[in-house]
Amino acid sequence: MKPSPPAIDIRGVWTRYGDAVIHRDIDLSVAAGETLGLVGGSGSGKTTLLREIVGLLEPDAGSVRVFGHAVLDPDLRVRRMVRRRFGMLFQQGALFSALSVFDNIAFPLRELRVLDDELIRDLVLLKLQMVELEPHQGRMMPAELSGGMVKRVALARALALEPELLVLDEPTAGLDPDRGENFVKLIRMLQKELGFTVLMVTHDLDTLAGLATRIAVLADQRIIACGTAAEVVAVDHPFIRNFFCSERAVTAMQARCS
Amino acid sequence: MPAATIEVIDHEGLPLARLAGSWTLARLSPPIAGIARIDARLRDLSKRGAAWNLHGVTRLDSVGALLLWRAWGRRWPAALDVPPAHRHVLERAAGIVAGDGLRGPPAPPSGLVFAGSVVLTAAKNLLGIVALVGRMVLDLAHLFAHPADIPWREFSANLYKSGARALPVTALIGFLIGVVLSYLTSLQLKVFGADIYIVNLLGISIVRELGPVLVAVLVAGRSGSAMTAQIGVMRVTEEIDALATIGVSRTLRLVLPKVAALAVAMPLLVVWCSAAGIVGGMISAHLQMDLSYGFFMDTLPRVVPVANVWIGLGKGFVFGILVALIACHFGLKVQPNTESLSSMTTTSVVTAITVVIMVDAVAAILTRNLGMPV
Ligand SMILES: Nc1ncnc2c1ncn2[C@@H]1O[C@H](COP(=O)(O)OP(=O)(O)OP(=O)(O)O)[C@@H](O)[C@H]1O
Ligand SMILES: [Mg+2]
Repeated sequence: MKPSPPAIDIRGVWTRYGDAVIHRDIDLSVAAGETLGLVGGSGSGKTTLLREIVGLLEPDAGSVRVFGHAVLDPDLRVRRMVRRRFGMLFQQGALFSALSVFDNIAFPLRELRVLDDELIRDLVLLKLQMVELEPHQGRMMPAELSGGMVKRVALARALALEPELLVLDEPTAGLDPDRGENFVKLIRMLQKELGFTVLMVTHDLDTLAGLATRIAVLADQRIIACGTAAEVVAVDHPFIRNFFCSERAVTAMQARCS
Repeated sequence: MPAATIEVIDHEGLPLARLAGSWTLARLSPPIAGIARIDARLRDLSKRGAAWNLHGVTRLDSVGALLLWRAWGRRWPAALDVPPAHRHVLERAAGIVAGDGLRGPPAPPSGLVFAGSVVLTAAKNLLGIVALVGRMVLDLAHLFAHPADIPWREFSANLYKSGARALPVTALIGFLIGVVLSYLTSLQLKVFGADIYIVNLLGISIVRELGPVLVAVLVAGRSGSAMTAQIGVMRVTEEIDALATIGVSRTLRLVLPKVAALAVAMPLLVVWCSAAGIVGGMISAHLQMDLSYGFFMDTLPRVVPVANVWIGLGKGFVFGILVALIACHFGLKVQPNTESLSSMTTTSVVTAITVVIMVDAVAAILTRNLGMPV
């Protein structure tokens, strides 16, 4: 059997908004089954990079391949097939405001057109339970949810199609520490069961320490470091010093290693 | 990844189902009939009291687990051999509360209830608009005391957007209506040899009725919908709340300038549109009946008393205020979701046009003794 291609493979990506260069020749590869944490200062272009990975934005130069296929493949069938295989959690949730929580999660399942209503209902209830929401909260509208609940519903929707790749933009921002920890546990457990790949942007050290097998640091428009926590911390760069070498960071990382 | 397979062997008189492969949505779903077929097969096996062996399963996701759990009749089967990792997934599927009361869409209300709710909604909207007017009066009082707070910029921006930018389209529509009206009436008048009455007919109908109503309908569609959508999106994105926390009154900053702008712009648009209509009618009459421009212009002021112009201007003023008020009222009523935004925009335009025509009918009765040539 030939080795499976990396889940995400980014080669020489350049991005510009007008005159501002956001990414300068970025290379990044995420192997199938691993969890990569992407960190970087606010406005450093993390969300932009995720948008390029899921094919919402075309980089000015370079290639983005997901599961060995170009995300913006000219063949629409390939694109569709690739898109079915990942789930995305947007930074702001991006729930469909006209649909209830239940219908938001059911939406991708219904779009498949192969599942019966009872199975869809059970699946939605299951996903709600996974993200610690009560069944009756399925009736609520997105506008009635708290910020953290929006995140959890968005996660449930991202998980709906049982994706092989999860792309998460700040999944734990806005969750209380307890929920944040449960999120880490949930993703870890699902990953053990299903072996999916996770790419997540996060500023939260506990999430990072709890989940990420590798960490990539985006600063100065490049990936300045990519590797295990120990390797990244060893890189000498002001952002990394500030981000990882504070008191709190050291404690979190040590807790992970012990 | 291998596809999901079921292998059945006979084991001490009972079937033993050995599942293997990848029991995931991705592997189960590609053929449309795939899931249904597997589901039927599982249910059949379960009915025959099969024993289950899941050791061959490489991946089991919640779709696979739920399919199994459902086929088992939401109970653990008597004989089940499953590796711990998969048992965990199955336990999670078992944990959901079946038959939870997630309602479907609400039943459509009966006739009487429906009629009642329509009346109630109308009453509520009327009340809301009255309250809006009340707040605006308070705002006006505040502005009277603090002239520095007058939102001139918003006012002039609205005047430009809903007044100046509407000039071409109102002129075009007015002109075309004038042409058509003149053409059709001249055909009739010719029969009676009453050609010159075309001036009376066109003058009165355009200046007094068509001008104001046409402009009101156009502005309701053009600016009313834009106002509702703008305020509505500000509700959806919580910008209105942000305004409130900065201490800016939303009626003062959002509603008042719009109402004032339309109150000023609409009468002017009415004059403009009526003028275009008369010009169109005049040209058409000239071509159709050889009525000279000079005669038309001479006759017009004699047969259309100036009161009609005042009535037209007055209607423009009132309609402008109504359209803006209704648009802002429905904009502020938007719930923070896209569905509500679209339905409120529709409602706003439909209500504005209906109200304008109703008010126009009332005005026609009230002013029936005014402005008629003697
Ligand atoms: N549509 C756009 N047009 C112009 N500039 C943009 C656009 N979208 C993003 N940018 C710019 O690109 C840069 C990167 O934005 P991005 O949203 O990727 O940041 P981020 O790393 O996700 O930040 P945060 O951690 O705050 O979410 C920012 O400087 C932003 O101003
Ligand atoms: Mg971002």
